[in-house]
Amino acid sequence: MELKDKLVSSFLAFDEQYQVDDDVQQIRNQAIKDFETLGFPSRKEEAWKYTSLKSALKHDYSIFPKKEDAIEYTQIKKYLNHDIDTYDLVFIDGIYSSHLSNTTHDKIDVCLMSSALNKDKFKPVIDNYFNKLAPKNGLNALNTAFTKEGAYIHIHKNIMADKPIQIINFSTGNESSLLLQPRNLIVVDENSHVQIIEKHQSLTDHPVLTNSVTEIFADRRAIVDYYKIQNDKETSSLIDNTFIEQKDESNCSVHTFSFGGNLTRNNLNFYQKGERIDSTLKGVTIIEGKQHVDHNTLVHHIYPNCESHQDYKGIFSDKSVGVFNGKVVVEKEAQKTNAYQSNNNILVDDKATINSKPQLEIFADDVRCSHGCTIGQLDEDALFYLQSRGIPRKEARGLLMYAFANNVLESVKIPEIKKRINNLIAEKLGIELGFNL
Amino acid sequence: MLKIKNLHASIEGKEILKGIDLEINPGEVHAIMGPNGSGKSTLSSVIAGREEYEMTDGEIIFENEDLAELDPEERAHKGVFLSFQYPVEIPGVSVTNFMKTAINAHRKANGLEDMPANEMLKLIREKSELLEIDRKFLSRSLNEGFSGGEKKRNEIFQMAMLEPKLSILDETDSGLDIDALKIVSNGVNKLRTENNAVLVITHYQRLLNYIVPDVVHVLIDGKIVKTGGKELAYELEERGYDWIKQEKAV
Repeated sequence: MELKDKLVSSFLAFDEQYQVDDDVQQIRNQAIKDFETLGFPSRKEEAWKYTSLKSALKHDYSIFPKKEDAIEYTQIKKYLNHDIDTYDLVFIDGIYSSHLSNTTHDKIDVCLMSSALNKDKFKPVIDNYFNKLAPKNGLNALNTAFTKEGAYIHIHKNIMADKPIQIINFSTGNESSLLLQPRNLIVVDENSHVQIIEKHQSLTDHPVLTNSVTEIFADRRAIVDYYKIQNDKETSSLIDNTFIEQKDESNCSVHTFSFGGNLTRNNLNFYQKGERIDSTLKGVTIIEGKQHVDHNTLVHHIYPNCESHQDYKGIFSDKSVGVFNGKVVVEKEAQKTNAYQSNNNILVDDKATINSKPQLEIFADDVRCSHGCTIGQLDEDALFYLQSRGIPRKEARGLLMYAFANNVLESVKIPEIKKRINNLIAEKLGIELGFNL
Repeated sequence: MLKIKNLHASIEGKEILKGIDLEINPGEVHAIMGPNGSGKSTLSSVIAGREEYEMTDGEIIFENEDLAELDPEERAHKGVFLSFQYPVEIPGVSVTNFMKTAINAHRKANGLEDMPANEMLKLIREKSELLEIDRKFLSRSLNEGFSGGEKKRNEIFQMAMLEPKLSILDETDSGLDIDALKIVSNGVNKLRTENNAVLVITHYQRLLNYIVPDVVHVLIDGKIVKTGGKELAYELEERGYDWIKQEKAV
């Protein structure tokens, strides 16, 4: 049976098994109908021209993992950030692991979507925000239909979250192949601040497909810094759908570090619903083999005096494929918009590919919008310069690639994460840096 | 120290060096002068091992070893240093981090452990003082946005850090004002010992007032056509290169 048919026919059983509030149940029911109509995206759609989901959809995925797996701390220790104190939401095969997590309801809510969907206490927030941002398409509808678990984060007014929050999704390989659909909701009230780190990690080589939806609401003067670390095994595919709505004077940034996985698609949309908003979208992609990473971004400038900054860098080896499709829309009302976009790529090998497509739709006349895209090889003059100082060619290449990716790291605000990414980049490039940040 | 015999080299099939013979001994300073396009920079690039240039004939022996088969980094490890005419800008790597990487690469090649951090800092401080380099300068990205003078001073700073046996200074005087020229030459002179040697490649005699050569060679059209003492440099400054071309034609 095709995956789509299997999903549609499994819905009834799912709906019975995971009961939720009536309103949410209605949303789920509508969503499965939408998915039935829309299905998975195909390459015929402009936004999917360079990315085929075929390889990711071919497995006979389990939709209901059979049992909660008691993973021991030692098995996952290396995937956690020990050097920083964090709140943790750990999910194993889509099921919340209480003994690996560290949640709170003290001034901020860091807890589970499953409880938020069922408890009266959270109902006003769910009614206001749940499924209000994700545009109607097959993937979002599928995730919405199967909504049961994920992160629920609510930072109340005038609060600075005292430590970063980590959302980690592990898959154990207990199933021969597994479909995961985490659903995250993050609401940051006026004058509040939060830092979030998200990660997906497979513990075996069994195929995993994750179709994740995250909705983020940043109210007036809120600050949200989001870090996505995508360094999974080559048997794992990830479709990340993240949608951010910002109000006046809020400042949101999403950094996406894509270093692994079979197929990774990042749909990242920013909607600016106020004035003097700042949005930052940054990414470093370093892949090899037959890996495929696709960044599909949208920044929607609706009101005047806002800014957006996009900077994506990619290093592609072997037969790997990169896609960058960055769309910036500046509405007629959005005068004095400053929108910057840059996408720079290095193709290490002849057979590596990058498809880079900036799209600017500008309806206002008093704006500053710039975009630039470069595709190149490493500079031979620079290589020779480094070699002539005794740095071996392999390290010189690594150093240049490191330097190339480095300025994206400059805006990472958590020093430990910066260091960790720094080490990951060095590891990916197979070099031993003679220094640390 | 360096023995070049009948060196022929070409780039993209075009022969630039047409039989160069040159011998440099420890403790000596040699200057190579010549008009534009005579092959001066090609010679320095070939000695340092730049791949675009193909050595078609001859040999380059350094400390009794044929350099032809060695990569640029291996030549550096043996003690060859090239101060670039146009140092490359490398955004994202600070001068300090670059120097640490280079020093430790040299040490690794010689079977040594990484230099301890405090020792490294001390060395950097000492050598940057020698070239009157400001501390802030060291945390800037390598050569990025540096003035011509800063780039050249930074080259000699690297030379001071790496303590090479043979330093090739390719047009180090270009882009330097007189004060920077004095600082740079003073740095080079202080680094001289009886065990190392310097090859100065220059268009003008000006630099040679400060870094005084033992031997001056004139390179024209890919060949050394005249060799003399330091007075030859003055003569070239006075009379240009045409008289030598004529002399050679006769």
